[in-house]
Amino acid sequence: MTSDSIGWWGVVIGVLAGAIRGGTPFLLVSLGECLTEKSGKINLGLEGVLLMGAMSAYAISYKTGSPWIGAGAAALAGGVLGMLHALLVLRPKVNDIAAGIAILIFGSGIAFYFGKPFIQPSAPQLPGIQLGGWSSLGQIKAALTISPLFIFGVAVAFLMQWFFRTTRWGMHVRAVGDSPAAARAMGISPTRTRFFSIVAGSALGGLGGAHLSLFYPGAWTESISSGQGLMAVALVIFARWNPTQCLWASLLFGGAQAIGPSLQAVGISAGYYLWNASPYILTLVVMILTCSTKRTLTGAPGALGANA
Amino acid sequence: MKHWKKTILTAFGVIFSAASLTAADKVSMGFIYVGPKDDYGYNQAHSEGCAGVQKLSWVKAVEEASVPETTAVQETMRNMINLDGVQVLFPTSFGYFDPHILKIAKQYPKVQFLHCGGLYTEGKNPKNVGSYFGYIDEAVFVSGIVAGHATKSGKLGFIAAKPIPQVLRNINAFALGARSANPSATVQVIFTGDWSVPVKEAESATSLINQGVDVLTCHVDSPKVILETAERRGIYVCGYHANGSKLAPKGYLTGAEWNWSKVYTDYAEMVKAGKSLSAGTIPHLVRGGLKEGFVKCSDYGPTVDSAAKKDAEAAKAMFMDGTMVIFKGPLKDNSGKEILPAGKELKQQDISLESMSWLVEGVIGSTKS
Repeated sequence: MTSDSIGWWGVVIGVLAGAIRGGTPFLLVSLGECLTEKSGKINLGLEGVLLMGAMSAYAISYKTGSPWIGAGAAALAGGVLGMLHALLVLRPKVNDIAAGIAILIFGSGIAFYFGKPFIQPSAPQLPGIQLGGWSSLGQIKAALTISPLFIFGVAVAFLMQWFFRTTRWGMHVRAVGDSPAAARAMGISPTRTRFFSIVAGSALGGLGGAHLSLFYPGAWTESISSGQGLMAVALVIFARWNPTQCLWASLLFGGAQAIGPSLQAVGISAGYYLWNASPYILTLVVMILTCSTKRTLTGAPGALGANA
Repeated sequence: MKHWKKTILTAFGVIFSAASLTAADKVSMGFIYVGPKDDYGYNQAHSEGCAGVQKLSWVKAVEEASVPETTAVQETMRNMINLDGVQVLFPTSFGYFDPHILKIAKQYPKVQFLHCGGLYTEGKNPKNVGSYFGYIDEAVFVSGIVAGHATKSGKLGFIAAKPIPQVLRNINAFALGARSANPSATVQVIFTGDWSVPVKEAESATSLINQGVDVLTCHVDSPKVILETAERRGIYVCGYHANGSKLAPKGYLTGAEWNWSKVYTDYAEMVKAGKSLSAGTIPHLVRGGLKEGFVKCSDYGPTVDSAAKKDAEAAKAMFMDGTMVIFKGPLKDNSGKEILPAGKELKQQDISLESMSWLVEGVIGSTKS
């Protein structure tokens, strides 16, 4: 039992730990979306992918007893939904925004339908990585119990940065996203490149769902995603299609999410609706500050959202 | 062609009237929930109530879960009335009432509509509409007593959705119960802003535990995430809505549960006896607490000591014989303002309790949003 209070430090710890706990789904979904958008396509369906991932992870973890298989199933489920999206948007004249919204509704519908029997049971959770062993304070220990998927996400962020910057395949993805015609002239198939980018991106989104249902908050309910998949899409623009910046942006959003509750816990209860809205206000502020009438966003893939 | 259509229509007509004939022998009840029926929460409590009447051989009960508080619920009500021949409808969510129940109730004056919550207004609403609710704050008060005994830090946490009267009443009952056992105990409240926001609920639980809170309870739609977070962090927790001891086998103290199967069985018997709301033979407002069996307390968890049990049982006994009053003077709110002078009391049936807007002394938090 923790009997010692840590007062205002609680807010600091809460926000920092919240950044990691709450930021992980943002991180995985935004990295997935970053990959997809770098190839020139948008996947708005990631909210549905997130729910599908959360449900599959929970269900499979419950059925098999292994949360790791559950996380794998989440990635698989995300990949399958991504494949569906890819098959749709890679046809000529299919609008990827419309197809994305269809995937969003389809994914959440399927997740709710198959998720019904798994609301009640408790599934085995992913083990946390304990980095707080040095501290005798329960609060620190709990704050530094890190999700393995967060570690994975951080690794993916740096790997993806390296992938885009230095590898041949990374260049292919960027070329396809900037100018499909030029890529085609180079002998790269935009369709194939985009297909893999969308599927891999969606699989990452599914893993984000696994974090929600198997680590934090660690339950499957129909309101588990609460718009985080959509916010992650905005976050990619905020992060300028740069994977390492996706990491910082996700941490910022995760932390912002924790401000309201941790302030109320030390007795600051004024304006909690406002504090709860802080991630959304942050998105708007960033969007306004970064927009310019003179130039397009730096880092935006040239052919993003174009039907080509 | 026309001939064919007519035949088919008549055939359908025959089938439907046959269906309604067989249904007429039984009391036919319909239950509608806003969320999934196994959420360890509000909806599960109602669904268990439905399961209770389904056991009766002379009742036919249908249910539908996850019906949003939109025109979708009107469609569900119509389907239950027209296709299942339901005579009594229980749309259980707060937001179903206005305008959905009011509208459908006017269209089907023979069907009875019973709504869970305090929204019915005599004279203004259709005659075939009624309201039922339980004084669950009685069971929450008992939880408070046990929590007050269990806490070592003297800090209790309450995670609530919105500062509406029903929620505030539970927070106050919990605080008063806890302070009756441990006068220096405080209850820190966090409002999450909505009925089902799991990430925020987990974040609130974590923040409270970090501040040294060692007993948590809540008033949200599904306490599952809060129960599991408390158990993982090794603190005590009191349940709400349904029995959550399976989710927190070590830290579960007790909990406030609904006992809707008793309420629904009562209604079924009244309908069977030919009573109705419109005729005035079924009361439009039905209320009850521990004594009437509308609510109950979960069995004690393994860590509850005998002193806590003794106090809790004493309070229960007083509720059972009707001598217990939760809100009695001298009572101050948490800004020091007097709410009730010494010697005055608000009995459970007092309607002013259903518009509560204050938090009692010992609660840390504010009802302002």
